[in-house]
Amino acid sequence: MKSAVIVFPGSNCDRDIAVAIEQVTGRAPAMVWHRDSELPHGTDFIALPGGFSYGDYLRSGAMAARAPIMRAVGEAASRGVPVIGICNGFQVLTEAGLLPGALMRNAGLAFVCRPVALTVENSQSLFTAAYRAGETVTFPVAHHDGNYQADEPTLDRLEGEGRVAFRYGEPVNGSARSIAGILNDSGNVLGLMPHPERALEPAHGGTDGRRLFEGLLEAVA
Amino acid sequence: MKARVFITLKPGVLDPQGKAIHHALEGLGFGGVQDVRAGKLIELELAEGTSDPDIEAMCRKLLANTVIENFRIERSEDA
Repeated sequence: MKSAVIVFPGSNCDRDIAVAIEQVTGRAPAMVWHRDSELPHGTDFIALPGGFSYGDYLRSGAMAARAPIMRAVGEAASRGVPVIGICNGFQVLTEAGLLPGALMRNAGLAFVCRPVALTVENSQSLFTAAYRAGETVTFPVAHHDGNYQADEPTLDRLEGEGRVAFRYGEPVNGSARSIAGILNDSGNVLGLMPHPERALEPAHGGTDGRRLFEGLLEAVA
Repeated sequence: MKARVFITLKPGVLDPQGKAIHHALEGLGFGGVQDVRAGKLIELELAEGTSDPDIEAMCRKLLANTVIENFRIERSEDA
């Protein structure tokens, strides 16, 4: 698998996701700077990391979504290349219009930083094929703006089309319908607030995130 | 030429910051506040001839997230 991690000024989980990708796929990803306009030839998986791109100026993910490299990311996504956005990466995907809805300030206003229980709602996607539907997994969250909101018709469509990939199993941030992660309409773009790359090895306190990358590797390779 | 862009959350969108401000006002003893909504004001210094559609495009493409926010543009010709 030929992966690329997009690095924005203020990204801080780019190394975490790079380590996770290398551990699972055996190949280090290309680290692609936000000012670049092209992805390495043959890129077949793109990760938008967590962090605080551009200091969360204007809105979380707003500036990063307009960075030069995002045009190439959008084109790759439209060709079916798998794209994952984790935490700030999810915010960037919604701001770029690659996923519907928006991530707003947590309902409790506090930065939430702890492992949370999630339910795998859709186990048929590129990213969740190694999980069982309805399974409970634990990933850490670490965010201030993770409160997913969209209008009712959009939420109904996401539910009806099986595009809710992960749902919180406990109150976390006030997200509509406890949504923790969603897919685009073609199923090749996943955005989620929890961090699967921080639940990869026993030293992390849990390994539930590993299967996300293993399942993806199997689907892509 | 200047323009001011007011960005506000759409009606019905939960505003936790507004709620916290409301709570703080009540804590200070201001009892008459019924609701608080927080927004943003962005001031633009523009070249002569920048059109209304230009400013609207700026709002739609970057300044506001129209999924959750409304915007209003106020132009003033005085420097």
